[in-house]
Amino acid sequence: MTATVALRRSRTVAARSRPRRAGYLLGALCVAICTVMLLPLLMSVLASVKPTAEAAASPPTYLPHALSLDSYERLWTYQQGLPTYLANSLGTALLTIAFTLVLTVPAAYALARFPIPGKEVVFVFLLLALIVPYQALLTPMFLLFARVGLTNTLVGLAILHTAIQLPLSLYVLRNSFSAVPRELEEAAITDGASSWKVLLRICIPSATPAIVTVALFAFIQSWNEFLGALVLMSRGSSFTLPLILAAARTETSLGGTDWGMLQAGITISIIPCVLVYLLLQRYYVTGLMSGAVK
Amino acid sequence: MYRTRRGRLTGIAYLAPAVLFVLVFTAYPLGQMIWMSFHNWSLINPPRYIGLANYRRAFGDEQFWVSFAFTLKYTAIITPILIVGGYLLALLTSDNSRLRRLTRTTVFIPVVIGLGVSSLLWYWLFSTDFGLINKALQDLGVIDEPVLWLGVDADRSNLAIIASVSWKVIGFGMILFIGAIQAIPTEIREACLVDGASYWQRVTRVILPLTMRTVLVVTLVSVIGSLLAFDQFYIMTAGQPQNETATSVFYVYLNSFPYLRLGYGAALSLILALTILAFTVVQLLLTRRSHA
Repeated sequence: MTATVALRRSRTVAARSRPRRAGYLLGALCVAICTVMLLPLLMSVLASVKPTAEAAASPPTYLPHALSLDSYERLWTYQQGLPTYLANSLGTALLTIAFTLVLTVPAAYALARFPIPGKEVVFVFLLLALIVPYQALLTPMFLLFARVGLTNTLVGLAILHTAIQLPLSLYVLRNSFSAVPRELEEAAITDGASSWKVLLRICIPSATPAIVTVALFAFIQSWNEFLGALVLMSRGSSFTLPLILAAARTETSLGGTDWGMLQAGITISIIPCVLVYLLLQRYYVTGLMSGAVK
Repeated sequence: MYRTRRGRLTGIAYLAPAVLFVLVFTAYPLGQMIWMSFHNWSLINPPRYIGLANYRRAFGDEQFWVSFAFTLKYTAIITPILIVGGYLLALLTSDNSRLRRLTRTTVFIPVVIGLGVSSLLWYWLFSTDFGLINKALQDLGVIDEPVLWLGVDADRSNLAIIASVSWKVIGFGMILFIGAIQAIPTEIREACLVDGASYWQRVTRVILPLTMRTVLVVTLVSVIGSLLAFDQFYIMTAGQPQNETATSVFYVYLNSFPYLRLGYGAALSLILALTILAFTVVQLLLTRRSHA
């Protein structure tokens, strides 16, 4: 046993010890790639803290000559003000998470555990949004929402985002519930627990990673989604962050584009996504693998 | 478990909200879109049945073909970059050393930010007078005059957008390829090493064949995504010059909303959805096989 482990380790070491120079070159390549990937983000953040005149300079400067939060101040009061747009984006994202979980957790549980006639057909039907891209459904969605007064509301946009997110969530959760050992649940049922209790006390706690994954995907998708918001939200006060920034690209108080303010807005929109990803990387990557490939 | 009649009813009750939701917010709009595509409807006038006229009109609509051809061109150029580039990055970073893991995490960061926001960022970087790309190219002596990257020449705009989107999504394929490469059983890798296979022999004879299914699936996902491109063109070129860079989704959007040709927009949507469906079916067949 120990000998096998030792042998395996020595082989792994052999596998890693490529010629040293190649190792350094590949290391340098990694560093170069990281630089290329981070540079645009870094430049945007740096541009957001340039003073107003420098941020609007042509040709632009690489590094700020002085630091200033002017761009953030202008963004704070731009049109309806940043707090409105942040609240719209965050509110839609949180509603999307809530709707997605409320709909898909019980449904995935039912698909994983209950003997429902025609279950596979129902499952395929629930994956409909996977087959028809939502980009193609926006006109009828808009007409439907307009009829019931859901355009320009966060609930309406969150419903659209939930519809987009539903198939992936259902898929990930169903697989996760199926993997929960049946013995635990059967024991609980023998003790007289209702299926609802089993779901709450056994299945949901066992499937926490999958639930985190689903919530994470719902948040990032909703926070970033652009076309649906563009179609459903026509009133300025209901714009989400990407919408107001796209509008600010052309029309600002400075006459031309207010580049500094635009970079401040980009920085603010990027921060939550990157933070959430870095904190919950494991969930994101496993979710991606189970959703996209399997 | 739950094999009683009551159990079955409970199961149906758990399933009902999701089914109802999909019925109202996906199936019903789909049905309405099909219905709309057979009507002439502009919101102001009531819808009038016109049979297949919207579809016939699409096939004779020059802008429809311009948009479709442009979308295909965009897809044809960006897909190999994303797949080959993503695979090379995966080969480079699939070892679990600290630097490799850091590179992997870094390359993936742009994937989680929004396409709209990243397009705005690159709209600035590619801006003629205010962008750092022209500034850097001039400082390096590559160009003498600032280049008009966006919205003037369709091909040049396309290249600029492809560069920005590649930066944004290349990590998506990479992370899935890494997963597939790491899933290759250690015994197989060790056997190759014992046999003295060179690195490229291992890649071409073992790693690539064993991860081929993932490569195909990611290619399809990526092609579908590119055929549905909108945000990057809306933000970076607004379809300019003369709608030459208006993609298929962009043209559907233009017809449905600013022009309010609801019936015609629906027909275009349906043509687009059917095109995508062909790719999705292949993708689902490929993923099905993994369960067998």
